[in-house]
Amino acid sequence: MKKELTYKETFTKGLLKENPVFVLLLGLCPVLGVTTSAINGLGMGLATMFVLLMSNLVISLIRNFIPDKVRIPSFIVIIASFVTVVDLVMAGYTPALHEQLGIFIPLIVVNCIVLGRAEAFASKHSLLFSMIDGLGMGVGFTFALVLLGGLREILGNLSLFGYKPWDMDGMILFILAPGAFIVLGLIIGFLNWRKSDDSKPKVEKVEKSVAQP
Amino acid sequence: MSARESSFFNMLVTLVLVTGTAALSLGFVYQLTKEPIAQARIEKQMRAIRSVTGEYTNDPLQEAYEVHRQKGEGQKFRRRHRGGKEDQAAKKATEEEVLTFYPAALNNDQQVIAISTYSENGYSGLIELMVGIDANGAIRNIEVVSHLETPGLGSKIKDKAFIDQYIGKTAENFDLRVKKDGGEVDGISGATISSRAFSEAVKQALDAFNETKK
Repeated sequence: MKKELTYKETFTKGLLKENPVFVLLLGLCPVLGVTTSAINGLGMGLATMFVLLMSNLVISLIRNFIPDKVRIPSFIVIIASFVTVVDLVMAGYTPALHEQLGIFIPLIVVNCIVLGRAEAFASKHSLLFSMIDGLGMGVGFTFALVLLGGLREILGNLSLFGYKPWDMDGMILFILAPGAFIVLGLIIGFLNWRKSDDSKPKVEKVEKSVAQP
Repeated sequence: MSARESSFFNMLVTLVLVTGTAALSLGFVYQLTKEPIAQARIEKQMRAIRSVTGEYTNDPLQEAYEVHRQKGEGQKFRRRHRGGKEDQAAKKATEEEVLTFYPAALNNDQQVIAISTYSENGYSGLIELMVGIDANGAIRNIEVVSHLETPGLGSKIKDKAFIDQYIGKTAENFDLRVKKDGGEVDGISGATISSRAFSEAVKQALDAFNETKK
């Protein structure tokens, strides 16, 4: 490691700079699939966050014990175990939410972000850093899902977290699959626009002046 | 990277340990959550029964019984298209449908039977309903137990506005087919298949009820 890691940076990079959904574009399958409402997004985000945190913790603990050639199968077994734990616990204690999320809970296993953090971060860093990384990424993922789910719920159903002030239908398109792509695209577009606006405004100006004859 | 060499022995030991620990801890969690999961399932069933039968003093789950009958035309049709020729025996077995009856009685006076029914012809597969039928063979209420229909379109089968048209109807005074098929059910626009499957499941329950009454 050339650059010294700080706790703060390890945590905050998952929120916006390396947000798994908006910047890394990882694990989009559940992102697009379950975010039909804010509460679904929140449930899915928290479930993924738990898996991220726990798998990072365990993998960081045993990283020196696992031979390189079998690290991926080992990571997958660990991740799958925690996903099954989440699945069972949700089925027992939050049956309604479990039913809503359905197949997407078991599918956390194949969410690239979980294996991605295990391979790229937890297998190379100490316990505390790995946990903070998992937590940061999890919070970022949850934030993204709640934002996406909330926007889709507002546009598609005119409600938020199940609270519906008017008895009217929204634009159903946003609840359906295409709506997920549209809203996600707009959010990413907005973030990129903000980013380019802040960091390099001069480049844009130069381009404009060149374009004008 | 890792401190341990990737020798055959090391890999073997690692994988055995990792999978063994995972299996053990999962078994433990399974034992812990078994009870709440079963409880949640029963509660869900009870909620559905209560919403279609109203007040009762007995235990419908205890007194539940199953009714086996031939599949209705609609369901048979789908089967024929899906099933291959080879397993005739298996096909025969699946052509029989099983409905569960939950009798609800208020002070030993049986009033309403909740029938758990289903249709496999929904837009995305299985639709499970709980239909409450009173002693006169009229529908008291219908509750959607589970469905996979499109949110915002087919999912409207859960809406009161759609279900209300069935309430109070009997097999005699109401043609349980959507208007498109020549019946009297006002289907949801944009979700004819869902409406059709819903009606089919309700009809199944009504027919089963009338058959057992005879």
